Amino acid sequence: MTMNAAITGVGMSDIGRKTGRPAMAHLAEAAKRALECAGLTKEDIDGISTYPGKADNSPGMSPLGTGEVRNALGLKTRWHSAVPDGPSQMAPLMVAAMAVATGQARHVLCFRALTESSSQTATQRASIPGAGRARLGGWYSYLVPANAMSASNWAGWMATRYFHEFGMTREHLGMIATGQRVFAQHNPAAVMQSPLTMEDYLGARMISSPLGLFDCDVPIDGACVIIVSAADAAKDCARAPLTIEAMGAALGSQETWDQRPDLTTMGAHDSAADMWKRTDLKPADVDVLGLYDGFSIFVPYWLEAMGFCGHGEAKDFIAEGNIGPGGRFPVNTGGGQLSGGRLHGFGLLHEVCTQLWGQADARQVVGASVGACGMGGGFIAGSMLLRRD
Amino acid sequence: MRPLPELTPENTAFWTGGAVGKLMIAFCADCRHAIHPPQLICPKCWSEAIESKAVSGTGAVYSYTVNHQQWAPGMQVPFALAVVDLDGAPGVRVTAEVVGMNPDDVTIGQTMRVTFVNIEDIWFPQWEPAQ
Ligand SMILES: [Zn+2]
Repeated sequence: MTMNAAITGVGMSDIGRKTGRPAMAHLAEAAKRALECAGLTKEDIDGISTYPGKADNSPGMSPLGTGEVRNALGLKTRWHSAVPDGPSQMAPLMVAAMAVATGQARHVLCFRALTESSSQTATQRASIPGAGRARLGGWYSYLVPANAMSASNWAGWMATRYFHEFGMTREHLGMIATGQRVFAQHNPAAVMQSPLTMEDYLGARMISSPLGLFDCDVPIDGACVIIVSAADAAKDCARAPLTIEAMGAALGSQETWDQRPDLTTMGAHDSAADMWKRTDLKPADVDVLGLYDGFSIFVPYWLEAMGFCGHGEAKDFIAEGNIGPGGRFPVNTGGGQLSGGRLHGFGLLHEVCTQLWGQADARQVVGASVGACGMGGGFIAGSMLLRRD
Repeated sequence: MRPLPELTPENTAFWTGGAVGKLMIAFCADCRHAIHPPQLICPKCWSEAIESKAVSGTGAVYSYTVNHQQWAPGMQVPFALAVVDLDGAPGVRVTAEVVGMNPDDVTIGQTMRVTFVNIEDIWFPQWEPAQ
């Protein structure tokens, strides 16, 4: 059921905290690197796709839409779209895959740019939807005005329930945070490089129980570009195409953070199940994983959603060392968003691709040829399986 | 400093019922499905016969979190947020701030009772321990 679509190039800007660089400078740098990676020129790019599009619903969350980027890069396209409402931050990649598979374009430049670090001020925090507005509508109007302002609150009550049902503790989440920091220390591009011990993790201030400071990802300035190409066009690129073996976007519950009947599951479970229906590959075939870690608690949810372990078993799976350095199913080998910086899933996929091309240097998973990526938390979810032949 | 919800035909009963001490939930008059967040049409049977009815205002804590971070100027921390399974409205949860108890003492399964705080034209539900 392989799609006629492949990832052919990835590029990331020099991400950082308080870089003071304009978003477009980051974006252009990422685009140049992605084209170089793919062995393509700007004239080859005939499609562009992003999440969510230019948006000001929280500071620095999405300073660039397809319009600004088309203009700045001088692109002539046969397909362009921004996807604010879709199966997670992965939506633009899925749209691109469908665009190239149906012949609407040959090479689609997919991007995500954020300047949350530079845009954050004392009164304007990043990732508070609707901050500064007088009145809110939509799903978050039942949360933000009720003082459930931050996604850390929403993830916090998911974690409380999960801990209650399955006996997970903060130490399990600490293993994720400290393990990903070790990965980050082998990735020069990761923003957090200092050692992080379990003692540091447990001693950090609480944000929204049971989630503390190191359970939350790091706002950064940066951009990431991922090029999705038609299968036949991908053969001409510089690297082995990373074929999109399958993707999943199913969602069986409402778009809220509190009404899903079982909050020890999330949208990830629906999307991942849908993905596995479209392939003969199994979880045991996967070598490297990129799982959304906007909050550490999403990692065990994604592990279970994707079937790497059973429901409620993630705490043991993690404690047994499966997902950290040297583990059988290494997760977020570039440090993830917890230690690498919040590129809204694009950074995680960038790392999976880097691994599948054997370019991950000191953190390389030897022989990695199949990668799984899951983006999003709560009701937001998209799943993708990549294969290097 | 908190932003307020915009009042719409479907949500006005929910956000203003507190003016008379009532927690108002939308129900489908045809299939009796409890609908939250409220809608103009029943998501289950697409009936447009939606009615808002007062529920008892009690429920059991499904989950909670204690927020320690000051997300907006003037926000008083810490406080607990409880996700409560409502009595009399199957499948509906109302998430609100917990008042009248130590935030660290909230437990899953605990029975809560609604109370309201008025800001401008909105009556926010809040949860307090039933005993
Ligand atoms: Zn109905």
